[in-house]
Amino acid sequence: MSKFVVSRRVLLKAGALSGVALAAPRHFIRDAYADDMSCNIPTGDTVTLGFNVPQTGPYADEGMDELRAYQLAIKHLNGEGDGGMLPTFSSKALKGNGVLGKKVAYVSGDTQTKSDAARDSAKRMIEKDGAIMITGGSSSGVAVAVQSLCQDMGVIFMSGLTHSNDTTGKDKKRYGFRHFFNAYMSGVALGPVLGEAYGKDRVAYHLTADYTWGWTQEESIKNATEALGWKTAAAVRTPLGAGDFSQYITPVLNSGADVLILNHYGKDMINSLTQAVQFGMRDKQVNGKQFEIVVPLFSELMAQGAGSAIKGIYGTANWDWKLDNPGTKAFTQSFGKEYGFPPSQAAQTCYVQALLYADACERAGTFYAPEVIKALEGFDFDGLGNGPTNYRAEDHQCFKDVLVVQGKEEPKDKYDLLEVKKIVPAKDVTYDPSMFGGELGPADAKTC
Amino acid sequence: MFGNLSRNDWLLFAGFSIAVLTAPVILQPLGAAYPAILEKFCIFGIFALGFNILFGLTGYLSFGHAAFIGVGSYAAVWMFKLLTMNVLPAIIFGMVMAGFFAVVIGYVSLRRSGIYFSILTLAFAQMCYNTAYSVLTPLTNGETGLQLTLRDPRIVDAMFITPGSGLPRASLFGLDISGGGFAGFYFCAVALIVCFFLSMRIFRSPFGMMLRAIKSNQHRMRYTGFNTRPYLLSAFVISGVYAGLAGSLMAATDPLAGAERMQWTASGEVVLMTILGGVGTLVGPVLGAVVIKYFENIFSSFSERTLHGVLGFLPDGIENAVVEVLSLFVGDGWNLTLGAVFMLIVIFLPGGIMEGIRRIMGMFGKGGRGDRPAVANQAQAAE
Amino acid sequence: MDAIILQILNGLDKGGAYALIALGLTLVFGTLGVVNFAHGALFMMGAFCAVAFNELLTLETVTVDPTQTTAWGTAVEIRTPYIEAWLGDFGHFLLDYSVPASILLAIPVMLVVGVAMERGLIRHFYKRPHSDQILVTFGLAIVIQEIIKHFFGANPIPQPAPAAFSGTASVGQLIGLGNAIPYPWWRLIYLLFSLTVIGSVFAFLRYTTYGMVVRAGMRDRETVGLLGINIEQRFTVVFGLAAVVAGVAGVMYTPILPPDYHLGMEFLVLSFVVVVVGGMGSLAGAVAAGFLLGILQSFASMNEVKNIVPGIDQIIIYLVAVVVLLVRPRGLMGRSGVMEE
Repeated sequence: MSKFVVSRRVLLKAGALSGVALAAPRHFIRDAYADDMSCNIPTGDTVTLGFNVPQTGPYADEGMDELRAYQLAIKHLNGEGDGGMLPTFSSKALKGNGVLGKKVAYVSGDTQTKSDAARDSAKRMIEKDGAIMITGGSSSGVAVAVQSLCQDMGVIFMSGLTHSNDTTGKDKKRYGFRHFFNAYMSGVALGPVLGEAYGKDRVAYHLTADYTWGWTQEESIKNATEALGWKTAAAVRTPLGAGDFSQYITPVLNSGADVLILNHYGKDMINSLTQAVQFGMRDKQVNGKQFEIVVPLFSELMAQGAGSAIKGIYGTANWDWKLDNPGTKAFTQSFGKEYGFPPSQAAQTCYVQALLYADACERAGTFYAPEVIKALEGFDFDGLGNGPTNYRAEDHQCFKDVLVVQGKEEPKDKYDLLEVKKIVPAKDVTYDPSMFGGELGPADAKTC
Repeated sequence: MFGNLSRNDWLLFAGFSIAVLTAPVILQPLGAAYPAILEKFCIFGIFALGFNILFGLTGYLSFGHAAFIGVGSYAAVWMFKLLTMNVLPAIIFGMVMAGFFAVVIGYVSLRRSGIYFSILTLAFAQMCYNTAYSVLTPLTNGETGLQLTLRDPRIVDAMFITPGSGLPRASLFGLDISGGGFAGFYFCAVALIVCFFLSMRIFRSPFGMMLRAIKSNQHRMRYTGFNTRPYLLSAFVISGVYAGLAGSLMAATDPLAGAERMQWTASGEVVLMTILGGVGTLVGPVLGAVVIKYFENIFSSFSERTLHGVLGFLPDGIENAVVEVLSLFVGDGWNLTLGAVFMLIVIFLPGGIMEGIRRIMGMFGKGGRGDRPAVANQAQAAE
Repeated sequence: MDAIILQILNGLDKGGAYALIALGLTLVFGTLGVVNFAHGALFMMGAFCAVAFNELLTLETVTVDPTQTTAWGTAVEIRTPYIEAWLGDFGHFLLDYSVPASILLAIPVMLVVGVAMERGLIRHFYKRPHSDQILVTFGLAIVIQEIIKHFFGANPIPQPAPAAFSGTASVGQLIGLGNAIPYPWWRLIYLLFSLTVIGSVFAFLRYTTYGMVVRAGMRDRETVGLLGINIEQRFTVVFGLAAVVAGVAGVMYTPILPPDYHLGMEFLVLSFVVVVVGGMGSLAGAVAAGFLLGILQSFASMNEVKNIVPGIDQIIIYLVAVVVLLVRPRGLMGRSGVMEE
């Protein structure tokens, strides 16, 4: 084993050295930039992508689904399998022969859903394995941490599942790109649907996970519902991983509120929702109205974890495999044939991010990061399952339709838990990029 | 107050230094020769060395040492944000703040002993973690962690240099520490060697003897008229400062400080590193740190594909079966391997890795049980 | 007023859970002198007994129908559950009551696990330092949870309470305070259940000769051994008992908290704090500390309190631990000399 590694490393090193040697003269010969001066420019016949997903810890299942999607994307990029969304993708730059003629390979790492571990494994993939792009992740804390690392190292980061406004707001980075939607969009999309379903005269009670993502979501939802005319009875912060939420739920019962909004994610959401339902909230009448629970963001896996408690609950989603468009159908078929079940929204966003990066390299004609960034900024595309989408240049956030979903009353199987109630068009959820502050920073190349 | 070091000690020190400085070469075959992991080896080595001064010498098992790492990191990042990107002020401030916390927490916790002491330290660390994650967000930036921004004042830097367009990197008078190059590693390596030297001096000093005496029988010490508490508090603060140094080095090589560094699992990790390597030995804690970080970073990255690549020489049927079994232990199963290794080591080698090395050396007859320096050198070389 | 009664109920409920977990832990401390970091894992295994039992009941025959395909392109599988087909209404009833019924599975399983653990591992660590005990049991805990993860995945698996108990009871009517205090039936049952288990463990130790010998062993192991009593064997039984208590506590907790493989680690630190606040090796102390911390935690989470001291609910447990340990050196009811060296 060690022999294998040595020879490979020696090879890589030799390659890197010759690359540097070649780069110096070419810098003068070629015009504005030198290809080889960006971090980890591939020199052999393969290009390596780094998949940084949680493999242990609470989001391990979500991470596995992301990894499956990435492996599928690599197959399709290399021209194996049925091609997935490549045929439906509006950009036809990708030919199924790898990227820029190089075969795509990958390395993976475990984020453990911890910032430190995620940065460690990203560094390993960049420094040791020569990854040219890092992608993945299942929480905003990790996404922001890895994104700033990638900015430092000059490696493009295509984030996976991250929903906080900060990722492309206050903490946005030139090298970071997000396809997933955010808390602000959730609020804007969900507001009108809640108004239609529950009326304009409601009193909401927020239970919010006491950290950055929870706060931004609480604020976004509060703004959206108060614009409808709802009142907010209270917004209570709960510790992360509280487990038993009973002491936060009982005060809701006598607060006069008639809607409970759970700004929780992952296990916190599963527990708080299960327990709120146990406290009889779904059968309660307050102010002559049926008491309702809203969970602004949930995923398929969380719906599975919450079991029957999810029935009838409104929330938002980035994507759903039951959507009726060619990209979705192609991807669902391709994923389902490979793994035997339909993909989650985490899988879709990761698959799309991998494709978008490869496509941008192909269109830029180089792996040189600043050029790839230019190719991604402001890119308009379609056919990847979300309808017409724009990668906004100002904050590297994708603008596309947002789904309002509801827990199904009579699910056919455990993959059929959510029902798409409304598709909110992209223009309704678009906002001014300066709203959340932050600066992208420079796109100068780094040699990591 | 420090005792003299014997010839063997100097040999051990020289061997250790050489092993650390040549780590980028000797760790090459194990796939762990890139700067980020080498830095982590050094940093957690320092953390474990400091922890060993408390636990190994006095027997007081602190379950809250991660708090000092966190405090050190936050303090260092704040220095980067407010004053200068030079690492020295950041490290000094990180150590001072960690020392201050250690005095307070140690003063209270050392009023109790045994598991009561452990739980007190755990309680303090968990309070630090919980508040840093939520209510102290203005100071710590909560979940996302404290980061550098373009808008930080950096008063001293602003007076002397015009800032570039991107985020500045932490440096030591122009030497790039946080850029991901080997400079960062060598900076940490020197810190580790200095820490190792200090810890060796402490082990061999009358002060170290005093701490050992407390471990073996505190009551007897008290009856003879010794007030043991100042000694214990000194040991606690020294190990807290070591942790603060480790934390600020973490921030220096990678300017971000997150709350989860202070979680109880992080405190538990250093306990495991120390026990795994060998409690009360000089080199053991560093070895333990290296092993655990290696598992976390390298084992977790092996996939079935890698295994197939490595085992390609086997006949297909056997290869698939072997890969099937092994894949349980690598990739997302690295935790399983770690748990199994803990159990095996503690069952069969109660003294940790160091005892294993000693036994192997004993079998070969050279060096023998008493000859620790030679053994330790071998240990390093073998790594 | 209602709010306060509700918080007291919440506190009692939490306290019951804390006390149940801490009980086994302190029993093992007190008798065997072993720090068992795998105790949380035993709690988690109990919870997964409920999951496994439920999965047994919902076993299905799967026939693949290649003529039809699902929306994601694989052949449709037709699933027919065994139990309901074989047992009809009783099968349905059994499925509904799968959580309480799985206690019948959990007791033998956890007893076997506990005895095997004591005989195979813990016994060899009686004379070893606590740090060794911690490392080996922590390693074991990781191994157990990774095995569970391998078979059941990392996502929580919901275990609904029986339909009859999934609603709320009107506690107000029960105590004559009107209609305003709804509380989930299952939580009330959990409270009753924990009190029963705690009561039986106490009765066992107090009123049986067996228990008397164990208590004597807690005080002075050597003398009991000199009297010709096989104390080793009794300790095995004590460990098995602790495992069973943790296991059934886990089973009954599943409807409140959908279990996942990491459940044990989350309760580990908390249960240690409870045990230490109560006093090492003191059963009564562990129970008292469990209820005390449960109730304090509930009240600290009230808005009225949080407005005065922000974030108090995040640290209350640890704050109480620090205060108790500084005022009472050995916790609420600890004996001197236990785990102090």
